[in-house]
Amino acid sequence: MKNKSSQAASPAAKSLVKPGAQVIVDTLIDLGVDTVFGYTGGVVLPLFDKFYEAPINFIVPRHEQGGCHMADAYARASGKVGIMIATSGPGACNLVTGLATAMMDSIPMVALTGQVRTDLIGNDAFQEADTTGITRPVTKHNCIVKDIKDLERTIREAFHIASTGRPGPVLVDLPVDIEVALIDMGSPAKLELPGYKLRTKGHARQIEMAARAIDQAKRPVLYVGGGVIISNAAQELASLAKNGNLPVTLTLMGLGSFDQTQDNSLDMLGMHGSAYANYAVQESDLLISIGARFDDRVTGNLSTFAPKAKIIHIDIDPASISKNVHVDIPVVGDAKGILKSLAKLVTHQDRSEWFAQIAQWKEKYPFAYNQKEEGILPQYVIDELYRKTKGQATVVTGVGQHQMWATQFYKYSRPRQFISSGGLGTMGFGLPAAIGAQIAKPEAVVVDIDGDHSFNMTLMELPTAVEHQLPIKVMILNNGYMGMVRQWQELFYGKRYSKSYLKNPDYAKVAEAMGAVGMTVQSKADVPQAIETMLAQTNPCVVDFRVVAEENVWPMVPTGKSLNEMDGLELLERLI
Amino acid sequence: MKHIINALVENKPGVLAHVAGMFAARSFNIDSLVVGCTEDPKLSRMTIVVVGDDRVVEQVRKQLAKIIPVVKVQDYVGKPVVARNLMLISVAAPPEKRPEILALIEMFRARVVDIGKKSLMIEVSGPESKIEGFIDVCRPYGIKSLARTGTIAMPRRSKAE
Repeated sequence: MKNKSSQAASPAAKSLVKPGAQVIVDTLIDLGVDTVFGYTGGVVLPLFDKFYEAPINFIVPRHEQGGCHMADAYARASGKVGIMIATSGPGACNLVTGLATAMMDSIPMVALTGQVRTDLIGNDAFQEADTTGITRPVTKHNCIVKDIKDLERTIREAFHIASTGRPGPVLVDLPVDIEVALIDMGSPAKLELPGYKLRTKGHARQIEMAARAIDQAKRPVLYVGGGVIISNAAQELASLAKNGNLPVTLTLMGLGSFDQTQDNSLDMLGMHGSAYANYAVQESDLLISIGARFDDRVTGNLSTFAPKAKIIHIDIDPASISKNVHVDIPVVGDAKGILKSLAKLVTHQDRSEWFAQIAQWKEKYPFAYNQKEEGILPQYVIDELYRKTKGQATVVTGVGQHQMWATQFYKYSRPRQFISSGGLGTMGFGLPAAIGAQIAKPEAVVVDIDGDHSFNMTLMELPTAVEHQLPIKVMILNNGYMGMVRQWQELFYGKRYSKSYLKNPDYAKVAEAMGAVGMTVQSKADVPQAIETMLAQTNPCVVDFRVVAEENVWPMVPTGKSLNEMDGLELLERLI
Repeated sequence: MKHIINALVENKPGVLAHVAGMFAARSFNIDSLVVGCTEDPKLSRMTIVVVGDDRVVEQVRKQLAKIIPVVKVQDYVGKPVVARNLMLISVAAPPEKRPEILALIEMFRARVVDIGKKSLMIEVSGPESKIEGFIDVCRPYGIKSLARTGTIAMPRRSKAE
């Protein structure tokens, strides 16, 4: 008894016993977290109480989906793990779109959700949802903590799983009684993940085989995806392309991993990729895929994809290899190390014939738009932004036509410079993503190139940007339509624009009402000045560009067609 | 082709849902799935019979291995294994037919586990082909009800131990 009271009097010993909520906050801080996104609610009150004084930059979105996209883009822009906290039931359900977006693009995120008391689980309690059941297919891993003893270890495991291997979102469900249960914290908990094995180092013999194949290839193409950005391997990629004298094409997720202003850049490939990239892939005798997954938007018709090519596939996820196409030389592991070895092994080959052919395609079919058009063309706005920002802005997008034009008319030169929902194609990603990216990179010029209807989906996050005085710039390429849907309706549904036109608000007024700067641009002559004014703002700024309504994205590989069967090439030819 | 896939998984709630969900989400067909505990209380063994060409089964194997609580995945195809199913089958058996049925039971090394006035409940175990064979021979007498497990399997040792 005496002993006990003396122990309680010692502050050092006393401070080790803490409630679960404090364990969570302390573990996050120990893991190096300084920024958290989250929205409060009934069962996360104990947790949010511990954030009241925590040394953490806490951003509250206006909707959990927005918060999830912010955490996601924060991770994309910084390379760190993004964290989103939500309450049980509706809060957790609102994360689904954001988690699926992060899952498809392999983004390291940890979502913490509140849950009803463990003794109420399964009783249809107020704000109860089967969160782990609902989010299982859209997370890399998820679990519920039912014993306070597992809490700290589970948070550490979530971080480890989210950020290693092929990254992805991990969700931890936290019943409210676990948040308040007391535990004596000892030394940091050890991970217990017997089923999580990482293969990071590429097999030496496979790498040698790949190098030999590259040296022997007459018409090789490097086909690079987001894996190179995740792996921080842009430098190694540049060395490989230089040492081996290789042309490089990028997927949407790969944009930024290779400097597109280089001569050997073929820009993006795929459905709305460059004609020269698509022709090069179809003619290549060796396709070297790095951190990409042969998505249908990239390959077009699979059975006629790169018909003359042997395929090398470098990927950290064994399940990506030979999933869609047969791979001749697989290399499983982390791109950085593998590319470093490859860059040393390959030798400079004279490929002047191949590069001459590529130059010809480049000359014949560049991305182009009608310079003489009197109205504002969306491509022109992006072109002008590229000039005014000298190619240095961090560009974020929604999903649709504007997103494709942002890949075609802005050239990216460094990793994490282009942030976009690739796999899931989530409309509404742009604004919250701009907020997340700006928080990750306070010094960067962050521009959200958005569509009117993409913007409509999450525009309630504008006050979040205003509250935190983030100098984000939103450029709405406003054509009144859900542009990509309209384009498909024009091309494949006889111009029957079914339900793809909606009445929009006056965005400048909306912006001003929310405390941001708002502008409307109606004439082409005003575009350069408007962009300059926008770039000079220190507060969030929304510019509504009233663009030509029925402009299409070209070239286009219609679904089911081969990559070299592109529509719109005659148009591009005429425009040069 | 039929593949018997063996997955050692952590004995935690939600693992079965995760595995089943993955199969559904990726349109893989499960022929049978059996879960049970192992000699290690922390681990369970799932034996999953999958029908598909090599590419599909390779994806099944890889996608299974990706699930965090899945510790180890093995495809038993082409390996010598002992594979067994268990069936309980209730067959109409009026007294005059019983000698015939009992002879069949003898032949299949099955066992009578319950006797009713008009029927017999029989327990049979063995490879799938034997189970199917026994169902075929019982059919003419009238099958009242039938319950069977999926396959469980274990690789044979190359030498006697």
